[in-house]
Amino acid sequence: MATKDERYDKMAYEFIKVSITAYSITAIIGGLLAFSLFMFYPDFMKYMTRLFGPTMLAYALIFFAESASLYIYYYGWHAMHYGFLKWVHLTIGLVLNAVGTMLMFLANSWVTFMLSPGGVDAAGAFQGDIWKVIHNFLWNPINLHRFVANIAYGGSIVGAYAAYRFLSARNETEKAHYDWMGYTANLIAIGALLPLPFAGYWLTAEIYAYSQQMGITLMGGVFAWLFITQAVIIGALFLSANYYLWCGMERSPGAYRYTKYIKYIAGVIAVCFLVWFTPHTLILKPWELKTLGGQYHPFLGPLGIMPAKNTAVNNMLIFTFLSFLLYRRANKIPTVSWAAAGSAIQAAIFIAAILNIVYLGVYYGYFTNTVYKVASSVPQVASTLTVIISCMVIDVLMFKGAKDVGEFRWGKMPQRSQYALFLLAVSFTWLMGLMGFIRSAIRQHWHVYTVMRDNSLDAFTPTIGYAAKVVSIATVIFMAIVIFIFWLSQLSAKKQEDKSKLHPEVIPYEPAAKPLKPETETE
Amino acid sequence: MKIFFRVIVFSVLTIVLYMLFATQYIPPINPAPPPKEEALNLGAMTMPQFIALGEKIFNGKGTCTLCHNPVVKRAPLLESVAVRANERLKDPRYKGKAKNPADYIEESMREPSAYVVAGFGVTGTNDTVSPMPVITAGAIGLNDVEVKAVVAYLLQLGGAEIPFEVPRGQPVAEKKEGQAAAPAKTGAEVVKKYGCGGCHKIAGEAGAIGPDLTKIGAKRNVEYLRRAVLDPDADIAQGFPGGMMPKDFGDKMTAGEFKLLVEFLAKSK
Repeated sequence: MATKDERYDKMAYEFIKVSITAYSITAIIGGLLAFSLFMFYPDFMKYMTRLFGPTMLAYALIFFAESASLYIYYYGWHAMHYGFLKWVHLTIGLVLNAVGTMLMFLANSWVTFMLSPGGVDAAGAFQGDIWKVIHNFLWNPINLHRFVANIAYGGSIVGAYAAYRFLSARNETEKAHYDWMGYTANLIAIGALLPLPFAGYWLTAEIYAYSQQMGITLMGGVFAWLFITQAVIIGALFLSANYYLWCGMERSPGAYRYTKYIKYIAGVIAVCFLVWFTPHTLILKPWELKTLGGQYHPFLGPLGIMPAKNTAVNNMLIFTFLSFLLYRRANKIPTVSWAAAGSAIQAAIFIAAILNIVYLGVYYGYFTNTVYKVASSVPQVASTLTVIISCMVIDVLMFKGAKDVGEFRWGKMPQRSQYALFLLAVSFTWLMGLMGFIRSAIRQHWHVYTVMRDNSLDAFTPTIGYAAKVVSIATVIFMAIVIFIFWLSQLSAKKQEDKSKLHPEVIPYEPAAKPLKPETETE
Repeated sequence: MKIFFRVIVFSVLTIVLYMLFATQYIPPINPAPPPKEEALNLGAMTMPQFIALGEKIFNGKGTCTLCHNPVVKRAPLLESVAVRANERLKDPRYKGKAKNPADYIEESMREPSAYVVAGFGVTGTNDTVSPMPVITAGAIGLNDVEVKAVVAYLLQLGGAEIPFEVPRGQPVAEKKEGQAAAPAKTGAEVVKKYGCGGCHKIAGEAGAIGPDLTKIGAKRNVEYLRRAVLDPDADIAQGFPGGMMPKDFGDKMTAGEFKLLVEFLAKSK
């Protein structure tokens, strides 16, 4: 509505078509999960139903509201396309999102109650206030974390869809459309990925505040190694997002001015990545332990602590943002008189923030007590956010009314760049599974932490390797369903040609004849 | 179709790569099994054995060393707590009721905020609130004997005198959710105690997972009702899946409670 760019409308319509199929599959899988829970954990579910009964009923009713708004939004697309009715349509779309978010928040309260029960006494008996049960200690941190992550994840899935359609495009127009769609989706995914670590830090800090023991199990106990795996996946996410941006510079005739910097950005991101996944404690054989003189590597060990990792991740975010800034200005020449000064100020902000982040990391990491080590994270995050916000504002003002170097070429992307979008979607899915495992696993032998123990004979907390195998199988199934839905969306756009109308004079009966290749597209 | 397969192969390869990393590079550490309540023969236990028990709990079930250790220093070290206790009892910031080191140590386990060592309080509370969990509740849940054993260990560690004997009573059994100590006295109490209303419509409760039992006495005889409680899958009510009802009510209920329940059901007409 704001840009009047029809491409956004087309993209939204195309994806809501895909979402309709995804929605029904979600409902089926949700039902399967609910029935499985009641079948395998009847006592636990009885307890949860007794506490959360009213919210479960509300969930079902809100699900109706979501279905209604989804169907009106989809089927009313063309009936509400212009003028006031388009505003009505937009509002229905917003209602659809609001209702979906409410559903997620409700389901979050069940999950967070299991981690940090509220509104019940030490024995788990209900104290009479359902709001306290819903609004338990970790509810809001998880709400925020999942809200941001869902935007990033949604963007990555749309990006994968666009990549799939780009790779199977039959002409330049289609290629240009899906290239633009992939770029926009990637921008949304990365835009939401940048603040995600901060939401994650808040969640972790709140876990520590709720229970030190749970916090230590999470970060310092057997699950500490899981964060090394997480670091590798997030590193892969950042590298693929950056790679996609660098490939995207081929669309701009003026990009040659900046391509020389890419290798340095890549180098910094790679170094940050290596620091991020350097473990602190090493699991060693006795002779290795003797040779090394301890469980910590003399040079690499110091890189394993949290301030070093915070320094790495903040620099990774800053340099990803730099890639984005270079991409933005690749095809533009500023016309404002203060352009040189503006660029100098931006450079100064970048340098100051990087120096500040490194100083904070070194000071808090190696010259203070353990209790204060995490204190570096907040000012480091503030530095990163300052860079992103201030440089973006300067950039927008500086390139207002800027001249184009040449014609921007949507669709001029190498095929390999599209696999970066797939890598994003697959990595997000796998990582989501892994983090879901740890969220659940830190309860260890409790169904509801401190209130209801899992006393069953088969109860055990899986190792990271075991969980990784389960997550991998789940990701394969999920990606198969997603690719199937993409394929369905293509199928729905195809029409079979009527043979009898095309060739009325010849209607031979050929049992072994090949069917006509359906090529006619509605779009 | 070529694109379809390329995309599938690429996705599967990425997943396999991540899986290999997590299974081959990451060391396979098995999370500890849930701690077990050990049967203690307190009658024959000597004080050195009791102190050794305290040390075991301090390093194990009590999870004390997660924070009270010289590497991470998340909490004060406790080697000389028995010596320092006397100074802390005189400190104006002390809010507890203990009169000697033994009581001070026990109090700090039950009410960690009674005295917070400077620099170890929750951020922003000016060392008035301790981040330590109450170790007799929640996930750690030490019983009274275990608490005493840890106190004895810490006193001995600091070279202080242990002013109590090994407790000769049995540890207090953990109270489990939904299990009242005393047996129920009426059929309706039995229904409430064992949570029948969570699944069944019965005695004013409206569970919907299992069959409605408000008029079950009119339809079924006593023998059937007895069997339905002890062996729920022997006869499955029409329209309900089997295997849903727990099979251990016969083990959990007292004979009197079982009798009351069957009579209550038979009278529900």
